[in-house]
Amino acid sequence: MKKRFALLVLLFIFTASCSSSASTNSSSPQATAYIQNKGSDTIVNLALAWAEKYQDENPGVRISVTGGGSGTGIAALLNGTVDIANASRQISADEIKLAQSKGIQPTEFVIARDAIAVIVNPENPIAQLTLQQVSDIYSGKIKNWSELGGEDRPIVRLSRETNSGTHVYFLENVIRLGDKKNKTLFSMNTLLLPSSEGIIAELRDNPNAIGYDGLGYVPTDGTVKVIALAKDANSPYILPSIETVNDKSYPVARDLYMYTSGEPKGAVKDYLDWILNSTEAQVVVGKLGFVPIK
Amino acid sequence: MEKTLNWREYIITRLIKASGYSAIIFVLLIFFFLLREGVPALAEVPLSALFSVRWYPIEGDNFGILPLLTGSLIVTLGAAIIAIPFGIGTAVYISEIAPRWMREILKPLVELLGGLPSVVLGFLGILVLAPFLRRFLDLPTGLTAFTGSLLLGGIAVPTVVSVAEDALDAVPRAYREGAWALGATRWQTIWRVTLPAARSGVLTAVMLGIGRAIGETMTVMMVTGNAPVLALSLSSLFSPVRTMTATIAAEMGEVSNGSTHYHVLFFIGMVLFLISLGVNIAASSVVFRAKKRAERILS
Repeated sequence: MKKRFALLVLLFIFTASCSSSASTNSSSPQATAYIQNKGSDTIVNLALAWAEKYQDENPGVRISVTGGGSGTGIAALLNGTVDIANASRQISADEIKLAQSKGIQPTEFVIARDAIAVIVNPENPIAQLTLQQVSDIYSGKIKNWSELGGEDRPIVRLSRETNSGTHVYFLENVIRLGDKKNKTLFSMNTLLLPSSEGIIAELRDNPNAIGYDGLGYVPTDGTVKVIALAKDANSPYILPSIETVNDKSYPVARDLYMYTSGEPKGAVKDYLDWILNSTEAQVVVGKLGFVPIK
Repeated sequence: MEKTLNWREYIITRLIKASGYSAIIFVLLIFFFLLREGVPALAEVPLSALFSVRWYPIEGDNFGILPLLTGSLIVTLGAAIIAIPFGIGTAVYISEIAPRWMREILKPLVELLGGLPSVVLGFLGILVLAPFLRRFLDLPTGLTAFTGSLLLGGIAVPTVVSVAEDALDAVPRAYREGAWALGATRWQTIWRVTLPAARSGVLTAVMLGIGRAIGETMTVMMVTGNAPVLALSLSSLFSPVRTMTATIAAEMGEVSNGSTHYHVLFFIGMVLFLISLGVNIAASSVVFRAKKRAERILS
């Protein structure tokens, strides 16, 4: 409990202030290469774990990892302040256009997979929902849990802030069900919380609430309940897990990316090679609740 | 010898003058910077969109700042309602009623409270106050404007207390002795003599407290739920709101330099600046008027 509280403190400070920085400088005095790594809060723990492990093996390399959101990371890459941007969504057409206007060619690497889990308070009797139902909840069409066969309680919708890649992914693939022409938005009274821990803290306490978050951030100690999702009413309801994400049966899963400007060179290239090809890097992925790419 | 003294005097006066002017220059520079970055928003977003009720800046023209404006106002209003009576009451108690030893404990304690980082209060809010309020008031969620108001009130109280207490302390002892000599009770002395005599200082305390509340960011971002809903009625006080400060803090890190969203965020900053300017001008004009009347009576 104490540890979780400390994590909550840290996450709030990290995600809410733009000067957030969790650098993992090795104490080696003869550093030969510095890598700046910034972006998605979904990936920040994974990137930190990788950076620590990599620095242990390569004392000459110093990697500084910062969160702030996918948009923040890509913006920093385009402004030239980081070497690698972490993103939990693909770079947008607007961002590519902006990059080209600055003479940058962003290069994309899929580094892991992630599933978004829809979560509720353990007291909530609802255990499974279709994507359409989740969409109707978040767009404001369904306002009370009793409409879904639950208790007579108002629904409190929780979401990450708009600068989170998870937010954009959820909007496009769950609320709009992947339909590009669909212009449905989050219901206006959706609570936008600045961190994953904020969402978990509210869900743990509030039986009215529904939230979503990366599978890697959902605690497995039973303090929140994960909902089984189905693509439509005729499909089976599936709980997210490493197996169901890898066999693509869980409907809300995505790739996680790192972007570099142009083809990576030198220390950055070595680091990315290690992430993509070494088994130990991909073992870390599994340990943090994400899904390894192979 | 005299020459070096003159020369030194010259430098020192100039330095003091420069630091005096620098305050004005800084405010002007900040204002011009805000204008430069914020005014383009007026050209990029139609006014009807800017003053609409939907804030969803990552898509389309959903740049309605009204929910943010009303959100900030309702949270600040709530905080003021809590902080003003509490703050002035505490100041009166410390300066007029409390025995000396009590005063010596209370004053540093209040100042300590003022030094509490707002993020710590935010934690208390999210882990203790919000769950408590949800159960106690039977609300859908505890992350509401009211939760923010309570905490902001707590943040503003030390500011109000220390400034108001200084003002009350500066009231000459002869005023109180005069009132007592005329047979006034303690309460009559405080309410009719001491407080009116310290009026400008007390008003400054209130304004500083309100300024502290409206500008506070971290706590409100953590406990008000940040849902951009138009807050117009009393019931809005007990539902989630999104303030201007929280919006700027949450979104400034994400926007790319020079985009419409970026300009709109600066426009919000400008609005915030104008509000606190307005509050200050209103306060100083009241103080100024009061002073003129006092001078008239004395002459």
